[in-house]
Amino acid sequence: MNKLIRLVDGLPVIESADPTLAIVPLAQWQAGEGLLLGPDDDVESLQPLLADVAMIAIDFPSFRDGRGYSQAYLLRRRLGWQGELRAVGDVLRDQLSHMRQCGFDSFAVRADKSVEDAVKGLAGVSVLYGRSAIEPRPLFRRR
Amino acid sequence: MYEYDDYDHALVHERVAQFRDQVQRRLSGELSEEEFLPLRLQNGLYMQKHAYMLRVAIPYGTLSAEQLRCLAAIAREYDRDYGHFTTRQNIQFNWIELEQVPDILARLAEVQMHAIQTSGNCVRNITTEAFAGVAADELLDPRPLAEILRQWSTVNPEFLFLPRKFKIALCSAIEDRAAIQMHDIGLYLYQGDAGQMLLRVMVGGGLGRTPILSQQIRDGLPWQHVLSYVEAILRVYNRHGRRDNKYKARIKILVKALGIEAFAAEVEREWQHLKDGPAELTDTEYQRVASAFVPPAYESLPVVDLEYGSHLAQHLGFERWVQRNVKAHKVPGYASVVLSTKPGAALPPGDVTSAQMEAVADWAERFGFGEIRIAHEQNIVLPDVRKRDLFALWQAACEQGLGTANIGLLSDIIACPGGDYCSLANAKSIPIAQGIQAHFDDLDYLHDIGELSLNISGCMNACGHHHIGNIGILGVDKNGSEWYQITLGGAQGQHAALGKVIGPSFAAEQVPQVIERIVQTFTDYREHQERFVDTVQRIGLEPFKERVYRTQEVA
Repeated sequence: MNKLIRLVDGLPVIESADPTLAIVPLAQWQAGEGLLLGPDDDVESLQPLLADVAMIAIDFPSFRDGRGYSQAYLLRRRLGWQGELRAVGDVLRDQLSHMRQCGFDSFAVRADKSVEDAVKGLAGVSVLYGRSAIEPRPLFRRR
Repeated sequence: MYEYDDYDHALVHERVAQFRDQVQRRLSGELSEEEFLPLRLQNGLYMQKHAYMLRVAIPYGTLSAEQLRCLAAIAREYDRDYGHFTTRQNIQFNWIELEQVPDILARLAEVQMHAIQTSGNCVRNITTEAFAGVAADELLDPRPLAEILRQWSTVNPEFLFLPRKFKIALCSAIEDRAAIQMHDIGLYLYQGDAGQMLLRVMVGGGLGRTPILSQQIRDGLPWQHVLSYVEAILRVYNRHGRRDNKYKARIKILVKALGIEAFAAEVEREWQHLKDGPAELTDTEYQRVASAFVPPAYESLPVVDLEYGSHLAQHLGFERWVQRNVKAHKVPGYASVVLSTKPGAALPPGDVTSAQMEAVADWAERFGFGEIRIAHEQNIVLPDVRKRDLFALWQAACEQGLGTANIGLLSDIIACPGGDYCSLANAKSIPIAQGIQAHFDDLDYLHDIGELSLNISGCMNACGHHHIGNIGILGVDKNGSEWYQITLGGAQGQHAALGKVIGPSFAAEQVPQVIERIVQTFTDYREHQERFVDTVQRIGLEPFKERVYRTQEVA
């Protein structure tokens, strides 16, 4: 199993995933476990559960499926989720900066890809015109 | 024109470096073609039939002379000495080597240009009309909000992998020359009773396989809310738009499936969380951007220029050109000029050589304020020309092959590159355009026929906007051979309409004769100086069908 990239105080750390933590889909989820969300899951209905969720993993069935970005944004900005938010599935270097901007703080890079290499994708471009989960003020309020 | 500040410069330069690295990784095999595809598309790079094609963004169709010279240099050094202006006001280079793309993008960055999001399932180039800021019938200048939207949508991390491409157009004139009703979001900007800037928001328009005109989702939206409202629409679309079938993935299908009321309610629910938040635009930001679009230092000129008047009287060719290609300007003594990129059968619509681009850049400086516009009809506009200079400009334009007096006429054909270049096409477009132009090469006849738009698309994706052409031609594939379906009655603007199919399709060589029969039917039924589209609306399709299919062999 591939290692994880985690952001610790905003800086990437490569570490092994905790093998004892169960990450299960919503239908099977029980308090204390990690919650695995598919792109069809409605994040806004999760509010009552969040206090008992260990962490949230959002699945990208394909890196071209962008629903996970909006799910992450909503979890962070609207539901106030402060815990770990992990991108899993088709997670690739060139999308990591967008994922980070949308509030992900851990990344399970696809197993056939080098994690050390993928870390380079986190930086992206330094300019964000609009706003994001981690920078809610658009550039025109920071310019 | 908008000038980049440090942030804008940093973004395009970093983006070039990022793409240079991605190209390197593709060439080394580290990235598969499947992984590279969306990355290159988001930098405007397509793989066409024969080579890579690079589509460079021309934000809301506005260029400086320096930028146009840079495009000319790129065409000369990296392509075959020409570029193709598109129906979305951009430019395409057709013969590009992958290895050279980072260098080309670096050249573009030097003149404040890029190819970001000119393709891919993301927010594309924001468009408005070519006469923004100068049109006599303009209500408000749409460019500041277009630039604000351009910035907001550029590398917006949440919306880079939408279900499908997403096009936003903005218009603020009595006549809608930006065709906002055929966009995913169309914004109509106007002044409220108290002088405030308001927006009518239209959603769910688009051509392609399922052509639909947009519907109003909100009216009277104060301009400060434009970003939060567009964000709400995009979030609803990103979450709920279909992803199982690319032909059903545009927002128009979602709007149609839910119904406009339910879709609007969903957007409203999302927007309630966003409005009055940090996304609300500030006066400071509006003023910062709007200051880039203040009118240039116009001279105080007489409305009537005697010399201009005498040239008009003496030169029929000039008079004709003025009639078709010169448009009213809001400042007395000035006019806007449309340079036709459709000289006839010799060249594909929208293709412009490096030498022509350089000449246009020179004219923009000599006769105007150094600014050039690209119209979605694929022609070039010089927005600010003194009437007294029109004659000299006309002569220069004729020498360069850009002086054809056919704007809005049958030979001003809008066409996609079609099967000669495009790997999506079912059929060729350019030879069809050339066949029609060769048949209708008599300018007297064309002027008699009057206003008539003819649009050609080589496939259902409808880059040639055939649905909104008065005459639309769509290339279709039938058992491996190329056929052409004809529609009549399409229109753009405030009275936008989708054309209707007249019947079975035709072989390429039949098309000019079919168009001739359609035109003959029109001239037979025409009342007074009626426009073609008005005759079609008045008499319906039957008389046209009857004439076209009377003795026509059809498959």
